[in-house]
Amino acid sequence: MSDVKAATMDSLWTGGGSPYAIGSKKFGMWLFIISDALTFSAMLMAYTYCRVSTPDWPTPFHFSPGIVFSSIMTFCLLSSSLTMVMAVHAMNHGNRRATVAWILATIGGGVAFVVLHATEWHTLIVEEHVTISSNPFGSPLFGATFFGLTGLHMTHVIIGVIYLSIIAFAVGRGKFNAEDVEVSGLYWHFVDLVWMFIFPLVYLLSAKV
Amino acid sequence: MSDHNQAVAHQVGGTIKSFSVVWVILLVLTAVEVFLAYEQVPLLIMLTSLMGLSVIKAAMIIAYFMHLKFERFSLFMTLFPMLVLCIVLMLIFMPDASRAFTMRPQ
Repeated sequence: MSDVKAATMDSLWTGGGSPYAIGSKKFGMWLFIISDALTFSAMLMAYTYCRVSTPDWPTPFHFSPGIVFSSIMTFCLLSSSLTMVMAVHAMNHGNRRATVAWILATIGGGVAFVVLHATEWHTLIVEEHVTISSNPFGSPLFGATFFGLTGLHMTHVIIGVIYLSIIAFAVGRGKFNAEDVEVSGLYWHFVDLVWMFIFPLVYLLSAKV
Repeated sequence: MSDHNQAVAHQVGGTIKSFSVVWVILLVLTAVEVFLAYEQVPLLIMLTSLMGLSVIKAAMIIAYFMHLKFERFSLFMTLFPMLVLCIVLMLIFMPDASRAFTMRPQ
């Protein structure tokens, strides 16, 4: 019987300490992710309601640069999720050097995403005069919902980059174990997952066709 | 961290090949979404199609990248039915969205 199974069986007979056969940190991160998913769900529902119920909804995103930019941002996040999986895989096999390298690649993807996103915000605010309360294209609700939703997501990405930087630094110094890297990976994949809904709802449904 | 947690934490699931295949599929689905955005179809059909693809992408990320496919089924049952139920409950407002414009006083 493997160590994992043995630990689980023991715990079940001594009070069920780990009915899910995962560590407490990982379970805690899952609970956080579920609660955060509800927050994003509510915001996406509100956005979709406004989008469908407003006939003069703005469509400010031209194919280039708007849709091209957001597609590259999607590519950055998806690729950073792959490098994060590689980091977890390397750490599970005890290879700390490779783990740090993969986490740094993940951070690179996150930073690229934030830079592209900030550039896009700058273009919308400075050149196209879109603000939280007004825009020249149509319903003023667009600015409030767009900046609210993408701003909350970008905040999560920035926090993720800081979180992964701390993990990479500690793993490089021989601290933390495979579970710690996996828990940080769960957070990063969640940030990627949320973007899989923001990209079509916010960008593709407001594309200038 | 306790020895117990140390013992249960270290689990390996999935291979580099399977992760790479999932990554490619996610990129292809994203390209399909961009293609659909430029097809002239009614808004509600477009919304449904894009959300369907996004749910498939989310499921693949959760299953493979977030490792849930390799965890105990009890973890999935504890976390996800509640989440899906809450999201479905939020959908109760959506039919109003498509008729809100026609219900406004002219």
